[in-house]
Amino acid sequence: MSTSTPAESNGAAGTNGAAQPVRPRPELPPAGQTPVRQRAHGGAGDRLRLWWDALARPAQWGIGVPFVVFIALLPILNIPVLTTVGTNFGAVMAQFGMYALIAIGLNVVVGQAGLLDLGYVGFYAIGAYTLAILTSPDSPWNVTQPEGWLSDDWAWLAILPVAVAITAMSGLVLGSPTLRLRGDYLAIVTLGFGEIVRLLADNLDEITGGGQGLKSVAYPRLGVTEELPNGVFSAGNVGSTLNSGVWWFWLSLVFIIISLMLVGNLERSRVGRAWVAIREDEDAAEIMGVPTFKFKLWAFVIGASIGGVSGAIYAGQVQFVIPTNFNIINSVLFLCAVVLGGQGNKLGVILGAFIIVYLPNFFLGRTSLFGIPIDGSEIANYKYLFFGVALMVLMIFRPQGLIPVRQKLLTYGRELYVAARRTLAKMSDGGPQAAYATSAPASGTVGTRSGGADGAATTERTGDDEPTDGRNR
Amino acid sequence: MQRTARRTTGGLALALAATLAITACGTQSQGDNGGSTESSSESGSADLAIVPSVQIDIDGAEVPVETSGDPVDPAGDGTAECAEGTSIAMAGALTGPNAALGQNILYGAKVAVDEFNAANAGCQITIKEFDTEGDPQKATQVAPQIVGDASVLALLGPAFSGETSATGDVFSQAGLPSLSASATNPDITKNGWKTFFRGLANDAVQGPAVAKYMVDTLGYDKVCVVQDNSDYGVGLATEITAGLGDAADDSCSAEVKVGDKDFAAATQIISSSDADAVFYAGYYAEAAPFAQQLRDAGVEIPFVSADGTNDPQFVTQAGAASKGAILSCPCGPAPDEFAAAYEALNGQAPGVYSTEGYDLATIMLTGIASGVTDRAGMLDYVTNYDGEGLARTYKWDDTGELSSALIWIYEVE
Amino acid sequence: MLVHGVLAADPLIGFDLAALGRNFWALTVDGLTYGAVYALVAVGYTLVYGVLRLINFAHSEIFMLGMFGQYATLLALGFYPSGDAFDKGILLTILYLGIAMIGGMVVAGGAAVGLERVAYRPLRKRGAPSLVFLITAIGASFVIQEFVHFVLPALTGGELGGVNAEQPIRLVEPEVQFTLFGANVTNVSLIIIFSALILALATDMFINRTKFGRGIRAVAQDPVTATLMGVSRERIIMLTFLIGGILAGAAALLYTLRVPNGIIYSGGFILGIKAFSAAVLGGIGNLRGALLGGLLLGVMENYGQVVFGTEWRDVVAFVLLIVVLMFRPTGILGESLGRARA
Repeated sequence: MSTSTPAESNGAAGTNGAAQPVRPRPELPPAGQTPVRQRAHGGAGDRLRLWWDALARPAQWGIGVPFVVFIALLPILNIPVLTTVGTNFGAVMAQFGMYALIAIGLNVVVGQAGLLDLGYVGFYAIGAYTLAILTSPDSPWNVTQPEGWLSDDWAWLAILPVAVAITAMSGLVLGSPTLRLRGDYLAIVTLGFGEIVRLLADNLDEITGGGQGLKSVAYPRLGVTEELPNGVFSAGNVGSTLNSGVWWFWLSLVFIIISLMLVGNLERSRVGRAWVAIREDEDAAEIMGVPTFKFKLWAFVIGASIGGVSGAIYAGQVQFVIPTNFNIINSVLFLCAVVLGGQGNKLGVILGAFIIVYLPNFFLGRTSLFGIPIDGSEIANYKYLFFGVALMVLMIFRPQGLIPVRQKLLTYGRELYVAARRTLAKMSDGGPQAAYATSAPASGTVGTRSGGADGAATTERTGDDEPTDGRNR
Repeated sequence: MQRTARRTTGGLALALAATLAITACGTQSQGDNGGSTESSSESGSADLAIVPSVQIDIDGAEVPVETSGDPVDPAGDGTAECAEGTSIAMAGALTGPNAALGQNILYGAKVAVDEFNAANAGCQITIKEFDTEGDPQKATQVAPQIVGDASVLALLGPAFSGETSATGDVFSQAGLPSLSASATNPDITKNGWKTFFRGLANDAVQGPAVAKYMVDTLGYDKVCVVQDNSDYGVGLATEITAGLGDAADDSCSAEVKVGDKDFAAATQIISSSDADAVFYAGYYAEAAPFAQQLRDAGVEIPFVSADGTNDPQFVTQAGAASKGAILSCPCGPAPDEFAAAYEALNGQAPGVYSTEGYDLATIMLTGIASGVTDRAGMLDYVTNYDGEGLARTYKWDDTGELSSALIWIYEVE
Repeated sequence: MLVHGVLAADPLIGFDLAALGRNFWALTVDGLTYGAVYALVAVGYTLVYGVLRLINFAHSEIFMLGMFGQYATLLALGFYPSGDAFDKGILLTILYLGIAMIGGMVVAGGAAVGLERVAYRPLRKRGAPSLVFLITAIGASFVIQEFVHFVLPALTGGELGGVNAEQPIRLVEPEVQFTLFGANVTNVSLIIIFSALILALATDMFINRTKFGRGIRAVAQDPVTATLMGVSRERIIMLTFLIGGILAGAAALLYTLRVPNGIIYSGGFILGIKAFSAAVLGGIGNLRGALLGGLLLGVMENYGQVVFGTEWRDVVAFVLLIVVLMFRPTGILGESLGRARA
């Protein structure tokens, strides 16, 4: 179906965000009016996407909700090959939940606003440490009972907003001086920031416990019963299918959905459009009147807060924070998740997070796969080797990630997709001249042009966007 | 093609020229000390080894060795009967940067299990390995699997203090006895867990014991305490500093990071002080270059360290600089017979905590041989256990600490 | 007043300027020694960035391979791991050091060119954006590290690589040569500083005086025009990686003189980040900037760890980087390779 090679689809990508001149493509209509059939992304995935985008909202809910429920039930269903052997599947899913949150947050910064952040683990650490410092009995600033005033039962939930606020503030503190830097400088400065956070946690041992970490961090005490004196979220809840890992997974799912809604709405708002503009060409955006610094800061702060939520969940689940868990390798792994899944695509990066967390655990302790004897632990041991190879291969053959982002209409999208579908259907019945997508209304903020002189065409171009397939900035 | 070749030669020529220039420089600096290194290079490190010297108690006083008597033999009388598939579990870092420590324990336990299985045809025990990578989060994922495996009667591990803290609740609620051969953080036994047993003295014993030994027996008046940033290093340094009291010199204390290889500043600080000794709280990977750099800088005061450094690797990596180093350890020396069996089975010499791995596995195995068939029985058995091992006498108080915890002092010579 | 009281009662971060004063010259000499290694590695980052506008994140692993290269060369020469320094006499020691350095240069230079071929060239052909390059570099970094961690021991029968650091082979034992303002200067420091200076000068001359150097500068300034003028961009890129690799190999030998126990699969990572910081500090893409940045970083972090405590060493380095970038966003000497660039 695709007529365009990856090289062509990457063609518009300048090395520094500066748009290169559009290459002449004589077989195509003028820029912005590519026929659906000839577009670079006309594969099965895009048909699915088009189908989904064209669905009415209730229908989307009707399909989406059962799907989410299915995902939520995964650790309970115990599907034979899918379940992990050497580790607890529920706990693995809990870790996946945290990584998914991180991926969503990092995606705002890297995928949507195009700011390369190599120190994202710093925000994760700040979230975790805020919770730990305020609720661990080892810390001098513990506010929970018996020393403090906060009841143990509600400590986690009460401190969570504090953790998020402090992480957001740290995003502001890091962002305001450094976001004036461009590209690679920003990357190294954020990397330095990530290391500084870890080293602070390590060195300020009177507050953070230093290398000994902070123990007995608070967690939600819900569902307390005779057998589970500390509630369903306590590490002691093991054995049954509904172990603590599953509960933590469910909790993180709630936060994932909240963040997805938040980020999705932002994406469709003025903020999201500004991010896209900054990502594609910061200078052009600035000239067109986008206050780039402000919106970059926004991206940083929002990304940081989501990372903080994830950190707080981590501290609650493991009940123990120690600086070594927040090293640069983790930062790189987070970036891997985003890149692997498809930066800019919210659902893609969740898939990326799943792969990063699940695959090593899948092999761990497994002695045979489909009847073939394997040494799974050995394979799991090589995980960084495999991730490295995967990253290199992926960057050569599919740099946009497994589920690449597609630029789409940010406003009045659904109406247009309905029209597009109609067009597509008619195209397959009759000739290309049969239908034009004329029903798309023009909106004040989005300059939508539809129709084309030489064939059926709908455009997904918006006024301030460039096509972004294959562009990864 | 030709041009490429020329380029390459050009590059090589440049490299060569640079090398020559360097060597010319080296001549001069090397010239003055040609003779002086002779003596040290002759005393190779090949004949250096970590040799046990004395056993001390918490007050640093020497205690005569008494466990030389009759350690319990895991093989038993060869009549043990048990259900098929009965197993014990081992959890710890088996992969990742800290794998060596976990493997020492696992391999030690394997020697015991091997001896048991060879002697008892009616009871074949398997040892199940669970890898935590030393990471607390990984440990929380692994722990439910161990608990969920009904054939596991007891757990050898977790290896590190961090992962033990993170998973203690799990094993406690599941009633699975967990016997750690290496987690030495004093706080672990203060959680009220009924199933945790520590197979060696904790840092709150080792710290004061070694500190008192340094002050009272070795007569040091001023000691520089250098610590790394690990859980272990920080905890031990705190105990040592407290134990040393006035003898701990704050002005020459330093903190380094795990993974550091260059200790220029710490060396500088110590060499400009007039301390009697250096105590290093950390692992051998850093201790070896540190000891070497101290000697290179002309610091000749004794180098004292603890179990993290008590590893043959310390001697091989530090070479002559390790000579005279004093290393404490709550772990007992590996008897020759055990060392031979260990090496035959695992292809390497026993390391730190190998004897503990063997001893604790032996306790579990004798429990099974005595007719224990479930976790409750095993818990009961371990709680009331009182017997000799290779390293020491094992008998626990009700918090899970050894009733008599002693420290060994080793010396590199 | 209150703040002061709190700080005095319970110092979270120590602050000891007196110690810096006491050991000032010793720390300076030592910092320069370390900084010289940073500088040589930083050149690799800065050259590649100048020509390709790419952070070669895997350059730290090239350096690490260089350490293994010189170590393997020493093994092949018949040396064996020993805790003590070999004493082969002056001339032979120099010869062996030279051969080992060439060994390190060959391995590191070859690896750098190989990396360019395997990882970066396919991307360039596809015209990928720079983030794609960076992520490939991170992937390559993982692959090289894990190769040395797992595959190399299998290939060499456990001789090289693996989870532990290599047992050191030492050719030079540090000996105090003379005293400078009360600071002891050892032969190792002298070898490192002078070798690095000579290599740096040679590189600077190579870039500024030779035809190839002109080619590199031309491509750095304007690849399209340079190509039109008959400069082969691909060859220049290869040459750039080669020079970076060779210098990293040389730095590897010098580093192991200073830190004989540093030969481990993860041994390049932090040093690489520091060297990259040094390059950014001086102004990335700027050769002399890399040298200046390296020396400055080495000295400053050495001061810092005495003033604030040894555990603050890396923090000092990173804070310095951030502060400099805030006031001079393109580094101390500005971005340029040889000449000013718009």
